[in-house]
Amino acid sequence: MTLHIDIPEEKFGSILAKAFRNTAFVAGFFITLLILAMAIVSYAWTPYDVTKLVIADKTQAPSLAHWFGTDHFGRDILSMVMVGARNSIAVALVAVGIGMGIGVPLGAFAAARGGLVDEALMRLNDLVFAFPALLSAIMITAIFGPGAVNAIIAIGIFNIPVFARVARAGALAIWPREFILAARAAGKSSTQISIEHVLPNIATLLLVQGTIQFALGILAEAGLSYLGLGAQPPMPSWGRMLFDAQTRMVVAPWMAIFPGMAIVVTVLGLNLLGDGIADILDPKSRRQR
Amino acid sequence: MTAYLLKRLAIAVATLVLASMVVFAVLEILPGDPARLMLGMNASADQVELLRNQLGLNAPLPWRYLHWTGGLLSLDFGRSYTYSVPVIDLVRERLAVSLPLALIALALSTVIAIPVGLYSASRRGRAGDTVAMGAAQLGVAVPNFWFALMLIYVFAVWLRLVPAGGFPGWSAGVWPALKSLLLPAVALALPQAAILARVTRSALIEVLNEDYIRTARAKGLPYRAVLWRHALRNAMIPVLTILGLQFAFLLAGTIIIENVFYLPGLGRLVFQAITQRDLIVVESVVMLLVAAVIAVNLLVDLSYAVVDPRLRSRQ
Repeated sequence: MTLHIDIPEEKFGSILAKAFRNTAFVAGFFITLLILAMAIVSYAWTPYDVTKLVIADKTQAPSLAHWFGTDHFGRDILSMVMVGARNSIAVALVAVGIGMGIGVPLGAFAAARGGLVDEALMRLNDLVFAFPALLSAIMITAIFGPGAVNAIIAIGIFNIPVFARVARAGALAIWPREFILAARAAGKSSTQISIEHVLPNIATLLLVQGTIQFALGILAEAGLSYLGLGAQPPMPSWGRMLFDAQTRMVVAPWMAIFPGMAIVVTVLGLNLLGDGIADILDPKSRRQR
Repeated sequence: MTAYLLKRLAIAVATLVLASMVVFAVLEILPGDPARLMLGMNASADQVELLRNQLGLNAPLPWRYLHWTGGLLSLDFGRSYTYSVPVIDLVRERLAVSLPLALIALALSTVIAIPVGLYSASRRGRAGDTVAMGAAQLGVAVPNFWFALMLIYVFAVWLRLVPAGGFPGWSAGVWPALKSLLLPAVALALPQAAILARVTRSALIEVLNEDYIRTARAKGLPYRAVLWRHALRNAMIPVLTILGLQFAFLLAGTIIIENVFYLPGLGRLVFQAITQRDLIVVESVVMLLVAAVIAVNLLVDLSYAVVDPRLRSRQ
């Protein structure tokens, strides 16, 4: 049995009603939904086949037949943007999963034990933060070779200390509360308390951080694939499309404009969603706005 | 105060030592024998062995680590495998591009972000604030290298005001060199400015709710004086923290931005060195960047004490 005695219990319905009065949340929610839908639809249908090269149609400006134009191989940019969404979302999402899966237990453990364990884990965090994330991601992909899987690992590793920090800070605020004392008195172990009482209470914090890291992951993946270290051709990726566009800016600027807009819209949607969730569930930030 | 400074210093040094071990260990497991790469696939095993001995690659691991760190401390970084020149010369040459670039970007971002943050915070909830924060929200979402491409398209291809890439070198004169750093600096600065403006705004709003702000207003100080003298100073700690963190982002950002603009800077050097397996260059430059990040974060810690007198008296 879990105790949530000191949290004001809000009905799910009332939270939902509040959520849909929050502009940032609504905008972020629908943008994110749109991008996800685009990625899912791309499995079943795209306007054109992204693997087929039609040299006769190369670098065509946007038109009714090709809304976003075509690239230097005559591939439809809209179709490529749709398929590219899969890659971006998958890489960023799994990287968040890695960060949460390892970072949260570490942070919660550090908060529960305190003392030397805590100090050691936090210094380890400092160490990871001393490496500019992109630089290390480049090194990791260079060691294990370029590709989507290694991009996930490279980005995921840098999510670990972020989640560890957030989980630790959140847990430290929960530990002195009365209901933790009650759980202790009931004879629960610190692991049990962490899982049953601390985690549910820091879930919102983690959710907000999750959307932020998701957005950062999309940006990082785009950067890595732009450098040729992410998903490899012929798999379309937004970063790689921008790389191909760079030398053709003069003749085909649309090759750069649309994949970039896809990145901006996705990241914007996730950030709005994160801001919205933080707003709705954190009374302190609501007062400040 | 002294205890606080000493503790921060000790942590910084310990982090640096650990980081050097990590860099060394990581590059040890990097596949590919540098000697083999330098000589090409046709070289005989004997030749490769000879070169390995010359490069000191056959020495025991701890000895090589100490040799390497000793070299770093005396600014002797060894010789590049691919360029066959001392690494320190390469670094010095490239730093002349990257350091001005990062500093201009940092200055630009601060000059844009602080006034926007002040403006937004003092007009909280009104139209100006909404527009500014909307723009900041958009700025955070823009990848700097895509923004760079758009800048190139508008200012170099279309308006022909600045070069699309490349660097003439400082010997070509200060203005031509600065001109070619302008777009890259703007591309680096804008997304950072967006983050910084948001942080400045929320830090200011938190401070503006404090009692001493009301007191300052009540004793008749004009709003502007309160904003600049009382609020901004007290909001500086989160702003400084983010500035310190942004320095690391800027350094990493130069890797991509220098590739976009074909700038012969440190970021491009390290990227090429990684792909060419020029380990000695990678090791040295990565350590240099990490040391810079640690040093800046230490500086930020120290500046807290300058900004906040309460920290100075606290033990």
